[in-house]
Amino acid sequence: MLRPSLARDIVLGILVIAILALIPALVPSKAFQDFVIRVAAMALFATSLNLLVGYTGLTSFGHGMFYGLGTYSFALLMQKTSLSLPMAFLLTLLITAATATVVGAICIRLRLIYFAFVTLAMQMLLHSIIISWVGLTGGDQGLQGGIPRRVVAGFDLGNQHTLYLASGVVLVIGLIAMRHVVASTFGTSLRMIRDNEARAAFLGIVVWRVKLAVFVLSAMFAAVGGVVTSLFVSGAYPELINWPISGDAIFAIVLGGIGSFLGPLVGTIMLTVLNDVVTRTTEYYGLALGIIILVFALGLRRGVVDFVTERLGFRPSGGVS
Amino acid sequence: MLEVQSLTKRFGGVAAMTDVSLSFESGSLTAIIGPNGAGKSTFFNLMSGAIVPDSGQVVFNGENITGLNRAAIVRRGIGRAFQVASFFPSMTVAENLMAAIAAHRGQWGDLAHSFPRQGVRTRALEVADLLGLADESDTLSAKLSHGDQKLLDIALALALDPTALLLDEPTAGMGPEERWQMIEKVQRLWAQQRLTLVFIEHDMDIVFSIASSIRVLCYGRVLAQGTPDEIRANPAVIEAYLGTPETDEPA
Ligand SMILES: Nc1ncnc2c1ncn2[C@@H]1O[C@H](COP(=O)(O)OP(=O)(O)OP(=O)(O)O)[C@@H](O)[C@H]1O
Ligand SMILES: [Mg+2]
Repeated sequence: MLRPSLARDIVLGILVIAILALIPALVPSKAFQDFVIRVAAMALFATSLNLLVGYTGLTSFGHGMFYGLGTYSFALLMQKTSLSLPMAFLLTLLITAATATVVGAICIRLRLIYFAFVTLAMQMLLHSIIISWVGLTGGDQGLQGGIPRRVVAGFDLGNQHTLYLASGVVLVIGLIAMRHVVASTFGTSLRMIRDNEARAAFLGIVVWRVKLAVFVLSAMFAAVGGVVTSLFVSGAYPELINWPISGDAIFAIVLGGIGSFLGPLVGTIMLTVLNDVVTRTTEYYGLALGIIILVFALGLRRGVVDFVTERLGFRPSGGVS
Repeated sequence: MLEVQSLTKRFGGVAAMTDVSLSFESGSLTAIIGPNGAGKSTFFNLMSGAIVPDSGQVVFNGENITGLNRAAIVRRGIGRAFQVASFFPSMTVAENLMAAIAAHRGQWGDLAHSFPRQGVRTRALEVADLLGLADESDTLSAKLSHGDQKLLDIALALALDPTALLLDEPTAGMGPEERWQMIEKVQRLWAQQRLTLVFIEHDMDIVFSIASSIRVLCYGRVLAQGTPDEIRANPAVIEAYLGTPETDEPA
């Protein structure tokens, strides 16, 4: 069934893609295209994490493992098999879903801090496997040798401009899909569990199934971000699966706003701009970022989008406030 | 009929429930009384599947439901409301009820359709109306008055079309006047919906005025059961409970 807001989301998405398509004609800037590709990958990852953190109340510190797994699975499938790019993409989603089912089955029954730390530990484990399996993954050096067979239906994803547009399209589709998830009855079950897990169970919701399902779903969306990154960097390297990457996504959510669907996207844009500006002007990136996060956390006490929507008198959609 | 046989539950060293056997006729209105810590809430937790008894059975309409999970027990028609109102604070009254109805209709895992599906809102407003919450349907539940939050909690249980309803201190934390309003609503609901209704209550005036039957729990055991007149005249109850200054304090 088509809901009115879905039609609106689709129109909005097409508009965004049209604008992205126009920009290079007006201001041809390779740096801007790079920026959009990086934002697309990271925003898919951060928004997927917010399905867990903001909508379900499951604070994962290890969500980056699925983003990283997306980069490695995809790059390896392209290098070591003769699968076409779309097939490798689908198989990457399947591998991620299978991994997330196992990790999720272990983690979702844990409460709060234990859930956070066990997910973190899982990511560290996966990271160390990647580092030590040098024969397959290239270890510390990362996966080199590039991504072959990048031409899909006549579009060469090795071409930066094409990849830029494709990333925009993937981001828009991913966001609309996640938006649909939170607007579904399943999405309402997520909010019920976040608000009051015991009561949700008393109303007939089988809580562990919903948690496992959203854990796996969000992992798959994170992996989509990973695939975009893999195409962008032409491979995969250990930093993409190491635990600070999970921290980046959490920062993006906190900056943009946990209570708004687009909060993580806005947070990602802010974080990426910040990263580019700050690293160009000072080597104290971590310090600058820390101060900015503190200003948001202590000053606004919420992310930018949450702050603005509240000022305008709207109730945050996924709100925890 | 809702029935428990030799129900026993220990929490570490605390014997919260010891060999309790009780039954509630279909369509009856029963009050459970007993001092703080008597095991009243524990009794509800055991019947609704929140906790599993160490031994004994819960039987509902002839079926042994001991050890079933909460969802399975709800599906069989036992609904409950809580001593501390329990609902979804980030949602409005209508959203709370729609969420409950969708869950009850088995739509909780539905990714394909948007929320709420057809008919859910209409039913939610009907349920809100049953409890006099229709005017508040678009109010954020976290912002409701305490009394309305208790009503919403009961409405959530009712949204599941229960045949048996367990209300844990529906008047907890209310002033005298509000208590009577609440209890009148509960009584009306019981009559309209033909429910098997069991409620926990500390206020003796309320208990004696509306319950057709009373069960007294004390230290996890059944101290007495009978009609209001029988309970009033029961020496053990007078000594253990009514004799001491009445506690109106909800815990
Ligand atoms: N989950 C639990 N874990 C440990 N002890 C518990 C638990 N639930 C109840 N108890 C203990 O069991 C006893 C009975 O508690 P219960 O809440 O059932 O009493 P109650 O009759 O509802 O009291 P009140 O009138 O204060 O609500 C108390 O001693 C309580 O501390
Ligand atoms: Mg109690």
